[in-house]
Amino acid sequence: MNPPAETANLAKRDESVDWTALRDDFPILRETVNGHPLVYLDNAASSQKPHQVIDAVRRYYEHDNANVHRGIHELSNRATEAYEGARQRVADYLNAGSREEIIFTRGTTEGLNLVANTWALDNLREGDTILLTEMEHHSNLVPWQILANRIGAKLDFIEITGDDGQLDLQWLDEQLARARLLSLTHISNTMGTVNPVAEICARARAAGVVTVVDAAQSAGHAPVDVQAIDCDFLAFSGHKTCGPTGIGVLYGRRELLEAMPPYQGGGEMILKVEYRYSTFNVAPHKFEAGTPNVAGAVGLHAALDYLDAIGREAIFEHDQRLAKRACERLAEIDGIRIFGPAEGRSGVVSFVLPDAHALDLATMADQKGVALRAGHHCNQPLLAKLGVAATARASFYFYNTEAEVDRFIEVLHGVRKIFV
Amino acid sequence: MANFLDTTVDDLIGNFEFLGDWEERFAYLIELGKKLPPLDESEMVEDNRVHGCQAAVWLKMLPASDSTFDIHADSDAFIVKGLIAVLLMIYNGKTAEQILADDGTATFAKLGLDRHLSPTRRNGLHSMVSRIKALAAASVAQPA
Repeated sequence: MNPPAETANLAKRDESVDWTALRDDFPILRETVNGHPLVYLDNAASSQKPHQVIDAVRRYYEHDNANVHRGIHELSNRATEAYEGARQRVADYLNAGSREEIIFTRGTTEGLNLVANTWALDNLREGDTILLTEMEHHSNLVPWQILANRIGAKLDFIEITGDDGQLDLQWLDEQLARARLLSLTHISNTMGTVNPVAEICARARAAGVVTVVDAAQSAGHAPVDVQAIDCDFLAFSGHKTCGPTGIGVLYGRRELLEAMPPYQGGGEMILKVEYRYSTFNVAPHKFEAGTPNVAGAVGLHAALDYLDAIGREAIFEHDQRLAKRACERLAEIDGIRIFGPAEGRSGVVSFVLPDAHALDLATMADQKGVALRAGHHCNQPLLAKLGVAATARASFYFYNTEAEVDRFIEVLHGVRKIFV
Repeated sequence: MANFLDTTVDDLIGNFEFLGDWEERFAYLIELGKKLPPLDESEMVEDNRVHGCQAAVWLKMLPASDSTFDIHADSDAFIVKGLIAVLLMIYNGKTAEQILADDGTATFAKLGLDRHLSPTRRNGLHSMVSRIKALAAASVAQPA
């Protein structure tokens, strides 16, 4: 399967990268946990950071730190250049039309809340329909529930077909005809489904529906090109893309951003303030009230440089290769349920064993140094639909190896003996 | 019912000391959990549900004739069932006053659970202790 939204300039292939050598860039991968070498398979929750990112943040604080914008002194100029340089880097990374389309946020969640509380609050009316999918993370569900309750809008959902985790698109055009906004995830954080976002956004555009893409699971793992996807908004998090925590990105189409009201009020986002009245700055600054996370933006810049030096197509192929190996070995277990598509999944593998609860499995795996996630993965309605209380999840990234997949499977078999 | 496990808190602490590492201790908790009598499905209802645990937990307390309480609890995860077994060793067959006088922290510290459970599991354990104490406190406030 081709990675989502192909871009021509990222042609480096899986086999041309020395994946094991990249591990040396990640100091944390040398940790031992409970006396065992760390096998970190919780990348869908948060990725680890290469020293290039850690060094960039340290260098910023040691040499350039000051408040950004409107400063007259040298350090403020350096900080401003670093911050706005990071904005340009993100624009290039997403192939956005300009850096004015890039808003820095705290993460994907804040990006989605920003759209709900600005464009959507300003444009949606009572009785309007917001179209989501049944596989959305709570971050792309709860903000819309809150908004819908506030304004009397309705929620509709593109259903999933079952354990294979595919969207059932047979009613999409009918659903779009009733909707004003569509917000959907690019890659499912629970099932690893890679949704055909470019096709869906094109059909939404034809129906006059504004589109929002949750790229939390894709931005660091695969090529993501906002012009190829042709969405109106797209959000992702720095910490899932080898960057620092507390920094994220919202891309917004320029025409929409310019017409939107501000998000929060405060410094940075204003042009002129009087006691009873203010005028607001232009996009993206009108959406960035208060002193921004400059160090986070600097770290994100370094992270995106790092990922593009490897090549996102190669990363996606590597993720897929490890997930395929894990799925094949897991499928040998009688009675296991593996969620997500058999072909073309991302590096996310969720499963339920017939004999061990996911939480027990993850606790026992941790005793062997294997970091898994267990629970509802901020996907409670999805798990309810699938009829499970919790799943165990292994999620791979480019610094994981085949040997780690095999170790995970070996530990899994060892743990199962306690329960049967 | 009071001694269904035939294990006292002191036995438990001794067994924990005997077991070399936390992998074995968790395996022991799982074995304790397997011995926990299950709740009837009709009792796994929202009124008995203890929230704040990652796993599903249901807990009810029945007053016995000698003003002590029989605690019945269950979970869908075995380590949590094992932790419930530990709570039963502390609280089962005790009076409301005894239950309210012991927040369990001394026992958890002796077992090392305060340091070796994940923060989320500690919260879950605390939620179960809070429920047991709340039910005991309610019985004191409104004697049956």
